[in-house]
Amino acid sequence: MLQAFNAMMKRDLLLAFRHRGELANPLLFFFMIVTLFPLGVSPEVVLLRKIAPGVIWIAALLAALFSLESLFRSDFEDGALEQMLLSPQPLSVLVLAKVLAHWLVSGLPMLLLAPLLGLLLAMPERAIAALELTLAIGTPLLSLIGAIGVALTVGLRRGGVLLTLLIMPLYIPVLIFATNAVTAAAAGMPIAGQIYFLASLLVLALTLAPLAIAAALRISVS
Amino acid sequence: MPSPKPTNTKPLLTVVDLECIRGDNLLFSGLNFSLYEGQLMQVEGANGSGKTSLLRILAGLSRSSEGQVLWDGEDILKQRAVYFAQVAYLGHTLGVKTDLSPLENLKIALALASIPFDEVAVFRALELTGLAGKEDVPARSLSAGQKQRVALARLLVCPAKLWIMDEPFTALDVSGVSLVRDLLENHLQRGNMAVLTSHQAVEVRGDVVRVNLSDG
Repeated sequence: MLQAFNAMMKRDLLLAFRHRGELANPLLFFFMIVTLFPLGVSPEVVLLRKIAPGVIWIAALLAALFSLESLFRSDFEDGALEQMLLSPQPLSVLVLAKVLAHWLVSGLPMLLLAPLLGLLLAMPERAIAALELTLAIGTPLLSLIGAIGVALTVGLRRGGVLLTLLIMPLYIPVLIFATNAVTAAAAGMPIAGQIYFLASLLVLALTLAPLAIAAALRISVS
Repeated sequence: MPSPKPTNTKPLLTVVDLECIRGDNLLFSGLNFSLYEGQLMQVEGANGSGKTSLLRILAGLSRSSEGQVLWDGEDILKQRAVYFAQVAYLGHTLGVKTDLSPLENLKIALALASIPFDEVAVFRALELTGLAGKEDVPARSLSAGQKQRVALARLLVCPAKLWIMDEPFTALDVSGVSLVRDLLENHLQRGNMAVLTSHQAVEVRGDVVRVNLSDG
């Protein structure tokens, strides 16, 4: 089972590596949204500092959604998904491997870029630390939740809009707790409560989302 | 050569009162048949008569609206892991990743079937399917027929009791067609089973049963 998990993850990382050009897209999208704010709203430091947590988190959320859409697309089109479904391995383990591989190539780079964007928006140091922590817990959460929606809509020709409608309500709690934590950290308040809540959501998603994704894929493929 | 009568009197694959509805169309209903070891079943019928749907139900990919598919006397949906370990499905979409080489495609297939990677066996399968020398080129650069051969090589390296093949002859050239026929005859001789649909009149020697979906 572990061997299949590893093989699946390695396969997806290899496929991502063979399409290096596409890898940068979500990251660029993330970077662009955030950098446009000082230009479009105001370069005033006080204002930027105030809106920074929300801006970076919204950009991360949209970039995650944007990159997730293709998670099962190619596998669905070339029949690899059918072969996954027909594997004697538990499907939930295989999809978890896929989501993890996806997070490694899309979520992790955002995590690395975020401090830079924090500096750009004049965030104080302790807020940047909190931002990193929330993104570290939050982006895998976004990937797991999003993958359920992607699995449900992969068989539809134009599932993009439906995907957004399905997933956005589920993303909102993550957004609220994460931005709240970063804002609180900037004000020098403790953020343990919000972090615990996000962490518990992540544990919940890690255990239940793979099952939901697997069930959704079986429906989409049949 | 006359086919040996099935020694095992219990059929491995049994279909009971199968019914399939797609949208508002009733494709087939009350379908009953059994398949014994060493038998090949050829599914016949006009376009749109539900051949692919039947194969997908047999493979456990789709659900039938009514009826059951039994493997060794038990519903396949209740023993997915057991059943899937014995079944190989080759559909319209081949499941060959075009960004990976044939070798990499087989590696992942083996890992999914939890079969250890055996270099000799894998290279022999690739050679047998006429892909010698193409092991390491991306499958994208292969022709449609060659991609299908990669999928056939997958059947060879992952031993399965039951092959379910949807139009296995379509993109293949003359040597490819006879290759599939040889593979099937070999497969049957070892007491395995196969279900296939095909528009080409390819005669496979062995114990062939036919089911026609157009007859209703």
